[in-house]
Amino acid sequence: MKMKTLLLGAAASFALAPAAAMAERGSDGHVNIIYWQAPSIMTPYLSSGTKDIEASSLVLEPLGRYTETGALVPFLAEEIPTVENGGVSEDLKSITWKLKEGLLWSDGSPVTSADVKFTADYCMNPEGGCAQLAKFDHIASIDTPDDLTVVVNFDEAMPNPYGPFMGGQSPILQKAQFENCVGAAASTCTEANFNPIGTGPFVVDEFKPNDVISLSANPNYRDPAKPAFATATLKGGGDAESAARAVLQTGEFDYAWNLQLAPDVLASMAEGGQGTPVSAFGTLVERLEMNMTDPSPNLPEGERATVAHPHPILSDFNVRKALSMAIDRPLLTEIGYGQAGRPTCNLVPAPELYASDNTECLTQDLEGAKALLEEAGWTDSDGDGIREKDGVKLSLLYQTSTNAVRQDFQALIKDWWRQIGVETELRNVDASVFFGGDPGSPDTFQKFYADVEMYANNFDGTDPQSYLQMYRCGNEPKPSSQWQGENINRFCNEEYDALLDELAKTGELSKRGEIAKKLNDIITKETMTIVPLVDRGRVSAHSNTLGGVILNTWDSELWNAADWYRIEG
Amino acid sequence: MTEPVPASPAPIEALRDKGPDKPPRSKWKDVWAQFRKHKGAMVGAFFLIFITLGVLIGPYIWTLDPQALDIRAKDMRPVYTALWDSTAKTGWAHPLGSDQLGRDNLAQLIAGGRASMAVGWAAMILSLVIGAGIGVLAGYFKKLDGPLMRLTDLFLSLPILPLLLVAVTLFRQPLRANFGPEGGMFILIVTVVGITSWMPTARIVRGDVLALKEREFVLAARSIGTKPFQIIKRHLLPNVLSPIMVSATLGLATAIITESALSFLGVGFPSDFPTWGKMLADAVARMEDFPERVILPGIAISLTVLGVNYLGDGLRDALDPRIRGR
Repeated sequence: MKMKTLLLGAAASFALAPAAAMAERGSDGHVNIIYWQAPSIMTPYLSSGTKDIEASSLVLEPLGRYTETGALVPFLAEEIPTVENGGVSEDLKSITWKLKEGLLWSDGSPVTSADVKFTADYCMNPEGGCAQLAKFDHIASIDTPDDLTVVVNFDEAMPNPYGPFMGGQSPILQKAQFENCVGAAASTCTEANFNPIGTGPFVVDEFKPNDVISLSANPNYRDPAKPAFATATLKGGGDAESAARAVLQTGEFDYAWNLQLAPDVLASMAEGGQGTPVSAFGTLVERLEMNMTDPSPNLPEGERATVAHPHPILSDFNVRKALSMAIDRPLLTEIGYGQAGRPTCNLVPAPELYASDNTECLTQDLEGAKALLEEAGWTDSDGDGIREKDGVKLSLLYQTSTNAVRQDFQALIKDWWRQIGVETELRNVDASVFFGGDPGSPDTFQKFYADVEMYANNFDGTDPQSYLQMYRCGNEPKPSSQWQGENINRFCNEEYDALLDELAKTGELSKRGEIAKKLNDIITKETMTIVPLVDRGRVSAHSNTLGGVILNTWDSELWNAADWYRIEG
Repeated sequence: MTEPVPASPAPIEALRDKGPDKPPRSKWKDVWAQFRKHKGAMVGAFFLIFITLGVLIGPYIWTLDPQALDIRAKDMRPVYTALWDSTAKTGWAHPLGSDQLGRDNLAQLIAGGRASMAVGWAAMILSLVIGAGIGVLAGYFKKLDGPLMRLTDLFLSLPILPLLLVAVTLFRQPLRANFGPEGGMFILIVTVVGITSWMPTARIVRGDVLALKEREFVLAARSIGTKPFQIIKRHLLPNVLSPIMVSATLGLATAIITESALSFLGVGFPSDFPTWGKMLADAVARMEDFPERVILPGIAISLTVLGVNYLGDGLRDALDPRIRGR
């Protein structure tokens, strides 16, 4: 009898424990998150770095987000507007968002449609150099008939009207705070950029750029029971390996983001027993980007790596093709990612509807690459093992961020390129600098002061339109846009741009898939501007005492931080 | 009758002239004799010579290319692992094993040692020349003393690693254009390590020169009209040789460590150019499974630095005439 009561009591307390832990805001203490790339700014509009987008997603929220399956879920909006519920007009030219009632900013003021409209104006300001401009493509006007309604009118039919205000890349900013930060003043508003007032589960207490962010629970968060954590620390910097160790082996941190580590290393760390690696496949593709412009340091600053000077070597399609043919992608995948990677030739590897059946690059063909170069006139005339043509040596500078897996890739690819007579110089730049987006630094991936660079990128949501739009002619980083822009390769192709326009007009899904595949093929196998290597699963890790983590590859990984809780034990 | 007077009294023993019974010894012989008594210094010197010769002629004996990839032979263990673990993947093709891309560890160690030692020696010589020069000038010429020592203070307050990081950002591009990626980086590291590590030498030398220039032999030299630079060359430099030698050896150790630290941080040489620090950095992730990849370059760095330090210690003892002979 006594035993039974005891057991019942124990069972009851077990059953109640998580519920009790989740019932009250701030009851679970503190959560430590580590991002080995340190966030440098708290708004996604001034930096295209994933770290900044994800860090700001703790504070700033969009109208709706994508879930881990790629489905749309309302956040600030009452519901996701569709054609069926009347939110999207029949001609696909406007979308009407309804905000939830009673939403408050963390400073206590109400969230209104004016804030939403302001956000779009902020990003679309031509002098601002907004990093997420592609999300706001084709917007003709934004109306705010009342405080809770926002109508976005497009200048043409938008089959995927979920570009603006959807996903971690285009959250809503508070008008009152950013009003004086429009246009060229955007990057000078340090206070607003570092401590934005948001609607998310946390507010910034202290922001140390490139180091650590202290946050505490938002007192005005819309769900009174959330977040479960009273305070949070987002520590930035270090490297993927020490981040993984901190979660998996020592248990100092609760969540580590994007653990790009060799599979054998991650497996041996997971034996530490403090945490669990989680992985999911999304659209993240590790790729080589070919620079179509001349990054030569002999050019004056401001003309270097701009469209004014085409690249002396990589402008030749045959060279790009040969460089791709020389790469053994299955081997790279096996060495660098194991189960968490798949060799790919596509820029858009998923969802299936948009993934092209382009597989010809998967087999390495060193002889073919040599023959191709030979045919194109690149021959080794002076017998030093390096090909030349018209006095130009086939010698490339290949840069990427500092990361053990990437350096292994560099070594392997350099070796293959050496075998086809291409000389490669390797350079690795600290990730916080490389992805930092600082217009003053020569080492950012946007400036691209190298011939080839390697990194990974993905797109939010399930529709690749805005992702493919990044490579529109004119969207390249350049001095006049403060080196912001997403067309990293400085790619310019009339056919591509025409197809982009067509994609924007097409509503029928199968037709969209066809166009997207064609676009993907143009930029990959037909022009070899982007040379995809590996379709990477996202691997992150959370502590065994952190509950509620749902790894999301379609949106910010911290998308549901409000639902995280501490597992007692 | 008179007693015969003894011819001449036998000289008092103590006052008798002794002919030299041993041939005269040169100063350097004495130094060598004293140096040999210091066991640590001998071991250190032997190790340093061994390592230096090893990295110089090693590549001609062990001819594998340190950058050659051989994926099939990746993750090999050193042959001695077979002693206790017969299932380990070992082979005489890679006596010290291979890394995760199949690069030979021995060849990398040798090539890495070349880079590390070259940086060490070059930076040491540079800092020696600057340090001794500034120290002597500041000590001998009163007018220069203030400015030069304030300059020394200024340099002492520069933190070397941040300075190097800034220098890498600023100067990498022009140096790379003129000297190639590896040459440019070499010059950059050597220069920065050199110009940030001469200060202790300068201070020590200045102190010694200040004391020496008041000594009688310098006064004597001055009184016969010897020119200042002649005095420095003939009288001062030989006398401050021992502190210079000692700080030189310490400087070599510092330079090797700084280069390793830079490579470890990933801002030194290109990522495929092996140095000891680079090998260490690459191996940290797999430290538990392949401890030798950390231990081998780690030992190489530690022993070299330790050897150099002992060598410096022994040299100081040997070069100091007051200690010599004890």
